[in-house]
Amino acid sequence: MSVEEQVLHYPIPNDAALDPPAEWERLRSTCPVAHVTLPSGDRATLLTRYEDVKQVLADPRFTRQLTAPDAARLSAEGGLFNNEMSQIIPDGGEEHQRWRRLVVKWFTARRMAAMRPAMTRIAEDLIDDMVKRGAPGDLRADFGFPLPVYVICDMLGVPAADRDRFSYWSDTLLNLTRYKKAETEAAQGEFFQYMSDHVTARRRQLGDDLLSELIAVGGPEDGGLTDLQILVTGMALLVAGHETTANMIGKMVSMLLADRDRWERLLADPSLIRTTVEESLRFDANSGFGLPRYLPEETEVSGTVLPRGTTVVCSMAAANRDESAFEAADQMDLSRSPNPHLAFGAGAHSCLGQALARTELQVVLEVLLRKLPTLELAVPVEELEPVEGLAVGGLRTVPVRW
Amino acid sequence: MKVTVDEDKCCGAGQCVLLAPEVFDQRDDDGIVTLLDPEPGADRHAAVREAAAVCPTSAIELIE
Repeated sequence: MSVEEQVLHYPIPNDAALDPPAEWERLRSTCPVAHVTLPSGDRATLLTRYEDVKQVLADPRFTRQLTAPDAARLSAEGGLFNNEMSQIIPDGGEEHQRWRRLVVKWFTARRMAAMRPAMTRIAEDLIDDMVKRGAPGDLRADFGFPLPVYVICDMLGVPAADRDRFSYWSDTLLNLTRYKKAETEAAQGEFFQYMSDHVTARRRQLGDDLLSELIAVGGPEDGGLTDLQILVTGMALLVAGHETTANMIGKMVSMLLADRDRWERLLADPSLIRTTVEESLRFDANSGFGLPRYLPEETEVSGTVLPRGTTVVCSMAAANRDESAFEAADQMDLSRSPNPHLAFGAGAHSCLGQALARTELQVVLEVLLRKLPTLELAVPVEELEPVEGLAVGGLRTVPVRW
Repeated sequence: MKVTVDEDKCCGAGQCVLLAPEVFDQRDDDGIVTLLDPEPGADRHAAVREAAAVCPTSAIELIE
């Protein structure tokens, strides 16, 4: 089938909140390089096969220059990927590597292990509060959302008391359909000012947080970052720390409770927590938009020539269900190993905070299994509803009882 | 088994350290991989193979 023959609207709606659209299988097998129309009305090229998505995400010819004049806009209002601020952080090469290494040292396995007891305490307190309020609780609002927010606020040295504002600012950046352009711009202006004031205050009095340490390194002449890069790094981490893991907590727990055998298996053998977290990341059919890339030069993917100016959308969620990469890809196997899923992307730009996300998700399961072994969904799984329009997929609420 | 790592490719994801902490570590100053044991014992082969398979930048090479 030629890519010219059909144009799909993207994102493709899920038939049910936890199930993949049937379209994925057809695309992978018959139309791996597909033309799609984005919410903005602009055209893009969608990739759904594991090998293609992995290769493109790791290939520097597929850039993140989504502000190029002929790049597809994701939504009419712009948003995260088309935002000029996203271009402040270097896109590739040595500059990107230097930026990455200054920041990623905050997310090493050893640091995550050191943070784990504090995360566990936060998780236990949140569960105690939810239990005190009585069933049913909303695992998203009561637990999944606050936990990563408290953790990232602590890392950045910003007060968790301001979390409602952060949530709103994050949502305006990540939601592709909900806000008008003026609302998004006003919110981004406020967010920029807030972080600017925060960085200025830290510069006067350094703390032991990530932003203080970035400031302490000095400017570019000392091997550090510019003021603007520090500020935008803070904004990016705060947004990234909000929606992604928060939504994943709700989806992971829902997937596990949707089939009681999964939950029982974990209760019987908590040593499966690590592989269960990886399999939940792979199996997540509602992970959101995927990752867009822009081609400044003509390039070939899977035998198809993509002209310069093409915007490519990589669906990691579709790739993660590819039978050619994962045996029984449509089965959730809590002991799957190795599990080289693409939930965090691939290559030099793969998720900076993935060790943090993994640790948070492991802590979530460890605490829930220990404190609420009788946990169950308080609604039939068919009634779980996906969040609309968000670049990062999630469930609106996750009603639970115990 | 002989293990080599490519520091230039490494993006500091830390998966290898989580899976095989006796074989891999990360530098404190930039999060980049360091090899603690280039010829790990048989009891660690499974974990090292898994680390190589899931490394997001394919920065771990194994010769078996």
